[in-house]
Amino acid sequence: MNTYKKLIAATALAVLAGGMTMGAASAKTFVYCSEASPEGFDPGLYTGGNTFDASAHTVYNRLLEFKPGTTEPIPGLAESWEISDDGLQYTFKLRKGVKFQTTDFFTPTRDLNADDVIFSYERQWKADHPWNKYVTGTSWEYFAGMGLPELLQSIEKVDDMTVKFTLKRREAPFLANVAMPFASIMSKEYADKLQADGAMNQLNQKPLGTGPFAFVGYQQDAVIRYKANPDYWGGKQKIDDLVFAITTDASVRYQKLKAGECHLMPYPNPSDVASMKADPNLKVAEQEGLNVAYFAYNTTQAPFDKVEVRKALNMAINKQAIVDGVFQGLATPAKNPIPPTMWSYDEATVDDKYDPEAAKKMLEEAGVKDLTLKVWAMPVARPYMVNARRAAELIQSDFQKVGVKVEIVSYEWAEYLDKSKDKNRDGAVILGWTGDNGDPDNFLDTLLGCDAVGGNNRAQWCNKEFDELVTKAKETTDVAERTALYKQAQAVFKKEAPWATLDHSLSVVPMRKGVEGFHQSPLGDFAFDGVDIVE
Amino acid sequence: MLKFFVGRVAVMFLTFVGVSIIAFSFIRLLPGDPVALLSGERVMSPERHAALMHDLGFDRPIVIQYFDYLWGVLRGDFGTSIVTKQPVLDQFFQLFPATLELSVCAILFAVIIGIPAGVFAAIKRGSFFDQAIMGTALIGFSMPIFWWGLLLIMLVSNTLQWTPVSGRISLMFFFPPVTGFMLIDSLLSGETGAFKSAVSHLILPTIVLGTIPLAVIARQTRSAMLEVLSEDYVRTARAKGLGPLRVIGVHALRNAMIPVVTTIGLQVGVMLAGAILTETIFSWPGIGKWMVDSVSRRDYAVIQGALLIIAATIMIVNLVVDLLYGLINPRIRH
Repeated sequence: MNTYKKLIAATALAVLAGGMTMGAASAKTFVYCSEASPEGFDPGLYTGGNTFDASAHTVYNRLLEFKPGTTEPIPGLAESWEISDDGLQYTFKLRKGVKFQTTDFFTPTRDLNADDVIFSYERQWKADHPWNKYVTGTSWEYFAGMGLPELLQSIEKVDDMTVKFTLKRREAPFLANVAMPFASIMSKEYADKLQADGAMNQLNQKPLGTGPFAFVGYQQDAVIRYKANPDYWGGKQKIDDLVFAITTDASVRYQKLKAGECHLMPYPNPSDVASMKADPNLKVAEQEGLNVAYFAYNTTQAPFDKVEVRKALNMAINKQAIVDGVFQGLATPAKNPIPPTMWSYDEATVDDKYDPEAAKKMLEEAGVKDLTLKVWAMPVARPYMVNARRAAELIQSDFQKVGVKVEIVSYEWAEYLDKSKDKNRDGAVILGWTGDNGDPDNFLDTLLGCDAVGGNNRAQWCNKEFDELVTKAKETTDVAERTALYKQAQAVFKKEAPWATLDHSLSVVPMRKGVEGFHQSPLGDFAFDGVDIVE
Repeated sequence: MLKFFVGRVAVMFLTFVGVSIIAFSFIRLLPGDPVALLSGERVMSPERHAALMHDLGFDRPIVIQYFDYLWGVLRGDFGTSIVTKQPVLDQFFQLFPATLELSVCAILFAVIIGIPAGVFAAIKRGSFFDQAIMGTALIGFSMPIFWWGLLLIMLVSNTLQWTPVSGRISLMFFFPPVTGFMLIDSLLSGETGAFKSAVSHLILPTIVLGTIPLAVIARQTRSAMLEVLSEDYVRTARAKGLGPLRVIGVHALRNAMIPVVTTIGLQVGVMLAGAILTETIFSWPGIGKWMVDSVSRRDYAVIQGALLIIAATIMIVNLVVDLLYGLINPRIRH
């Protein structure tokens, strides 16, 4: 019997002796009722948050990490970094003595070094790298999505503990990108062994990194098990074992939490939150999510190419009714395209006032009569919009008051995403965005930049003034200067109104009363480094 | 007999090809493609999209893709999931025992309770018991599975604390699967309390999945029994002075069972549909949930592979049954 099994057996006996029947009640086994099965365990290959929770935030680390509870990049596997004066070279000094996990399937013989960093990036970057196509349909989605293939000039090993990244152009969000899950640092030694054994796909099934928890096993669609990494450079964990009990239905997750079968759950039903707060055995953490839901007009099509029409329609939408009716109050009406928790958010922005009478008048003045508008309602719930159909119905009734007829349309999710990108799309789209790295560029340029027209820019809105401000901010490393530029960009956005900004939802995390040390992430991550149970 | 066998196998092969065409083409008729879904809300550039479609072979003519797939299937290669990057066959056999275990328990539950209830209702026709049993059966039949599952969890698991909420076994047990059937594996593990835990986890999903078949079987048994009980040979048996148990148990029930057995067979299809919801409610790692998730992810290989394996399994079972019929009843062979 190996050590882990002994531990489990001892825990089991202890629990049984206590007359308890639930696994979650064992002394230091933390059970997280996760919302979905991970797609795999290589964070470079995927985009799903639950996949990152099961790999990047447990098993792996990155050169930089986001400070717990914030989006501020702090030293991770790199203990320091320097940026050259021209803003093109980033030199990272690696932390010494960082050990990779020792598991049943691999025993490392060396500590982290520059080779691991170079391997982790080049496998995603270089098409001729042996790991670039190591599984069927390999697609380095985030690496490509964040524009790194076009941005990187070179990655060099300066010495064993120093790595230098050279960029083709100045790009301030690069540091935040380095802290993202896709940039997790793998063990080259482990990868070499898998390659030699002809078992490369194991990298996506049996992950091994430097993170706080070592992977133990995965029973598909049911349970993922980890043990605390005793050699973790960030210090010993307070729990011994971490278990993800995959529970896809939110109501069932709540029942499991109530029954003590898990300690913490993500994404509760908004309607359950009040009773969770009333339960003496539970506590509920709340934080404004790093997201926005929007209603994007097609600004290339008449009459929505007129600012005054868009403004009038924005004034006809009762956002508070959406917040109350769709989110049961667990959201705030949005006035800017970036969330309030993000740096450079412009508090001074004055939102379009809900005023159906004035809106009706404005539409008349703009010469709009008998307008019919298609409103696209997403078929799925996302953190920023939990019931788009309901929101669309509320907008329908709002628009009716100003004489605009609404036809609600919806498509299957894949089709919805695809069709809504179309430059000739008929109608306005309800959609949203959750930040990837906490940088305003990730909202403003990604969703509203001219390059994103026909893609993420669902308003098909290309405004020269806005685009220049955002591009300039991207190339500037000084945060104060960037903040000023982004605030100007938000003012242009508000004046031009390519979207009606609908809401920023609250991220709500219910947990057992005894859970301590859990930091809610604005990025929506569930990371359990430093978590403890004091029940 | 050989001619009969060859004929059946030929029909089976043609059916298999038909199913493969349907499975292959239907999922492709759905709008949206799997590559675009990989990036979610984050839009992929048209160049990257085209490159990935090429890598996965989705840019080839559909007929070539189909024959390529069929050739793979005939060699036992059902493809690889575009999402998990794992072979479909491996995943199927990892998940199928869970669905099978649950389905067998649910059908046993439905039969063991449904048949006696139907017989009892038929004997006491028109009585309070008859009304109560048939009324309950009607409610059971009309019960939305999801609602019923949640109701039982709230009542039995949380209020009464008799059973766990979901999963296949308590998280404190951790042993490698041998057969994939938790009841068997828990016994083989030798760990104290594991079997008990596996049974306790099975109770609610079994009840939820078995409720509709139970209602159908009870109603079918009742009507079949009523029909048989009015037959002359039953009256004769009674007239001969046979005891009620013998008349009902031997003479009536045996004949009434013929349509009931057919009904039980038909419930297998209902069971698979119900398994999708039951597996979702009880976090039961089976193929139902896996297939539904794969449809929304456009994971072509998984959907077509799983459909083909299920169809092939049913066809083989039917073939065996047909051959057995042929052996028992020579008239069928002709």
